[in-house]
Amino acid sequence: MGILEVQNVNKRFGGLQALNNVNLSVEQGSVHALIGPNGAGKSTFLNCLIGKLKPDTGSVMFDGKPVLGKKPHEINQLGVSRVFQTPEIFTDLTVFENVMIPCFAHRDGAFKVNAFARVLRDKEIRQQAEHMLEDMGMKDKMSVHAGSLSRGDKRRLEMAMCLVQEPKLLLLDEPTAGMARADTNNTIDLLKHIGESRNITKVIIEHDMHVVFSLATTISVLAQGAIIAEGLPDEIKGHPKVREAYLGEAEV
Amino acid sequence: MNLMKDRLLLIIFAAVVLAAPLIFAPTGAAYPDLLQRFAIYGIFAIGFNILFGLTGYLSFGHAAFLGVGSYSAVWMFKLLSMNIVPALLLSIVIAGAFSLLIGYVSLRRSGIYFSILTLALAQMSYNLAYSVLTPLTNGETGLQLRLDDPRVLDAAGDAGSLPSTNFFGLEMKEVFWNPTIFGYDLQFNWGYYVCAILLIASFWISIRIFRSPFGLMLRAVKTNQTRLNYTGINSRPYTLAAFVISGMFAGLAGGLLASMDPLAGAERMQWTVGGEVVLMVVLGGMGTLIGPILGAVFIKYFENIFSKINDGVLHGWFAIMPEWAENAMVLIISPFVGKGWHLTLGALFMLVVIFLPGGLVDGAKRIGRVVTGANRRAAKVGIE
Amino acid sequence: MDAILLQILNGIDKGSAYALIALGLTLIFGTLGVVNFAHGALFMIGAFVAVTVGKVLEISKITLDPEKTDFLGNPAKIKTPYITEWFGDFGFWLIEWSVLVSVIVAIPIMILIGVIMERGLIKHFYNRPHADQILVTFGLAIVLQEVIKAVYGANPIPQSAPDLLKGSVDFGVMIGMAENSVIYPLWRLVYFCFSVLIIGGVFAFLRFTTFGMVVRAGMADRETVGLLGINIDKRFTIMFGVAAAVAGLAGVMYTPINPPNYHMGMDFLVLSFVVVVVGGMGSLPGAVAAGFLLGILESFASMPLIKDAIAAVGLPSIDQIIIYLIAVIVLLVRPRGLMGKAGMMEE
Repeated sequence: MGILEVQNVNKRFGGLQALNNVNLSVEQGSVHALIGPNGAGKSTFLNCLIGKLKPDTGSVMFDGKPVLGKKPHEINQLGVSRVFQTPEIFTDLTVFENVMIPCFAHRDGAFKVNAFARVLRDKEIRQQAEHMLEDMGMKDKMSVHAGSLSRGDKRRLEMAMCLVQEPKLLLLDEPTAGMARADTNNTIDLLKHIGESRNITKVIIEHDMHVVFSLATTISVLAQGAIIAEGLPDEIKGHPKVREAYLGEAEV
Repeated sequence: MNLMKDRLLLIIFAAVVLAAPLIFAPTGAAYPDLLQRFAIYGIFAIGFNILFGLTGYLSFGHAAFLGVGSYSAVWMFKLLSMNIVPALLLSIVIAGAFSLLIGYVSLRRSGIYFSILTLALAQMSYNLAYSVLTPLTNGETGLQLRLDDPRVLDAAGDAGSLPSTNFFGLEMKEVFWNPTIFGYDLQFNWGYYVCAILLIASFWISIRIFRSPFGLMLRAVKTNQTRLNYTGINSRPYTLAAFVISGMFAGLAGGLLASMDPLAGAERMQWTVGGEVVLMVVLGGMGTLIGPILGAVFIKYFENIFSKINDGVLHGWFAIMPEWAENAMVLIISPFVGKGWHLTLGALFMLVVIFLPGGLVDGAKRIGRVVTGANRRAAKVGIE
Repeated sequence: MDAILLQILNGIDKGSAYALIALGLTLIFGTLGVVNFAHGALFMIGAFVAVTVGKVLEISKITLDPEKTDFLGNPAKIKTPYITEWFGDFGFWLIEWSVLVSVIVAIPIMILIGVIMERGLIKHFYNRPHADQILVTFGLAIVLQEVIKAVYGANPIPQSAPDLLKGSVDFGVMIGMAENSVIYPLWRLVYFCFSVLIIGGVFAFLRFTTFGMVVRAGMADRETVGLLGINIDKRFTIMFGVAAAVAGLAGVMYTPINPPNYHMGMDFLVLSFVVVVVGGMGSLPGAVAAGFLLGILESFASMPLIKDAIAAVGLPSIDQIIIYLIAVIVLLVRPRGLMGKAGMMEE
């Protein structure tokens, strides 16, 4: 039994069958990549996992608990964090504050009236946030407004915000899209490093095969809303159906 | 360190507020009635800023809570006692309960829909107070004290005259010290000092909320509510809490208005009154600590000054000019002063929204930067 | 039966005004995505265009008539409007029908005001938060209202309808009911017909002209239309002008019903928002339907029969708040409104 069990998930937008009977089982501690051509339904699938969309049928179990129908914050409180395709951060707040918010959410839950506590007096939260930023190599940018960060730094910040919560499952939606080669490699190193030090299960959507084959322990291929192949990276590389779906698109 | 800065800010603020009858003397605004209005609308604006400044939810309905606060206070004066303490407590409680109801309904939507919902609810409350709930509000005439009110806690006072509001015997209207300092005839009265203490307390609460994790979450709601939800925070109760807190501040302000002058009318609930507090907060600087109070003082001060300027005063100003120029100047300026104060205010407000979204506080900072920047450059030149 | 008919008719004239203002509001929201708090002010400006035209037409030459004297024994002053001196009977006719003259004058003026507003102010707020758009248009509404107050004073200025259209019609007889059962002021009937004409005109313009088709396409998907190389911004600006004209004309024609005053815009603004929301933000038919519906409902709620019935079950009278109550219920139960697009504001 994996940490994430997806069974028979269907989602229809008008006449378009976006997800067609998707089954997926993600093992604890694995890095499970989800690849597929554009419009295959990868993002729709992720959105179903975090409560942004509700599938028409099917079930999603995380850590033995049903996820469907739960609100985004409830799913997060179960231990699922997500990195978005375009970084979702608090642009008006400082980098430090950005990282402290998930710390509070992790410790104090979804709602707590602590109107008379002082953020800066909370040693535990400060230390957590500082450590995380140090790990990310962003400690020098602590008091910078997040909106003025470079694109790469915004991604790293978002990653830090997710990781500081010590999630059981981290969902990554194209974490290297639009990055230069060097930045991509940095991100790969970072994700590997995270995988080693913390036992976080990851589901990653990616177009860049270099990233996929550097990280993934298991790969599922999604095409036209259905899973057409699943296996170890080496198996997927030579899979005829995958070649067919990807023809000319990937550098497999 | 931030903490020290806040403490210093609070101390300076308290000192200015307590010495206001002296400080405002040269400006001609140092009479109790106006000073009280500064403080009361300051409290109103501080509360509104906690909702609008921190979360970005723009409510046009806060006049309703001001009005509810006033009605509650007057009822307390009628039924229980002329002491303002129970009156203010009831104002806060009732306004809080009412804002919980309205907030619960209107916070189900966000953005412009929230604004429109609050607008509709405020107008509904106004109509309720104006006509439907006449037994409670005395409709068009407004709620007033009467000689035959029960006032169960008060001993029977002088028959034949209405009692006045007090704080354990200290009458709000009473001027307790009337010195002449630097040639200014000063008036220190209890009413202002009650408002002043509550203003300082409100300011302190506002600082604490700004620096708390709660305040941090509210600011996060404003910048990216989606991310906040995916970070495991349920934003709805946070915004509702902010809404209720701001409603309670509005209720306190309404109660204070009634404590200074014990009557309450439906016109206090009109949405344009709620619009005025929006003007105050935006003009002063939304999301800043001191901005809302600056905005409130600024608007109430100039409202007072401007409305006194009539054509005669204007002719006096431009008397040194040739007559045709004098008349021309008066013609140009007169629509903006006197009864035209709202025109000036509207124009000023638009200029601030367009060119200075950070309000007066932001403007002061910019000027400060220009000045210090210029100084630094000047210093550099000097060294070289 | 006749009582019900009368209430419907009574609701219709207010409903027409709601529908016209809401139509413009929702048009602006649908095309430009802006919530225009100054839209009520445009309605008011329209009304004051009528006031101004009326005054201009009546500018008079004053002559003394030595044969008649007033009670002090001075020669009586006789006012002769210049326009009658110049054009004779046609001049009298113009004064008599000044409301129609105002309609003609108001169209270019209102379009111009709308275009200036959009190009001069609102254009700069497309990329700012919605709250800023609300704030700046709210500020503009205050300024416009105060300017009118400074020029025309605070008191309402009564305007009269042309003699021919004054008075009432016996609407009951027209549809075969008993005499005097349904008496209805004629001008209100005119107002209703006028608003139907305008609404029909706007819909026809959007549906049957190429210009309108592009605008509708732009409302549905602005980016794609922009990519096709069509200058959608220019068209949207013109639509803002049209929306302003619609509001202005609603104001012009409303003057004989209610004497215009400087705050009539703000009074109608809140109600028009309610109408737009109930009809569905961005939905033109929704705005029109909701306008009439709410106008009629309001009229029904103030019916003595219904008031008594409500009082009988111990509830306070709701005629003052029914519109707001409906808006709140609609926003909570069916947030996209009666005819709004699915997904609209259901966040």
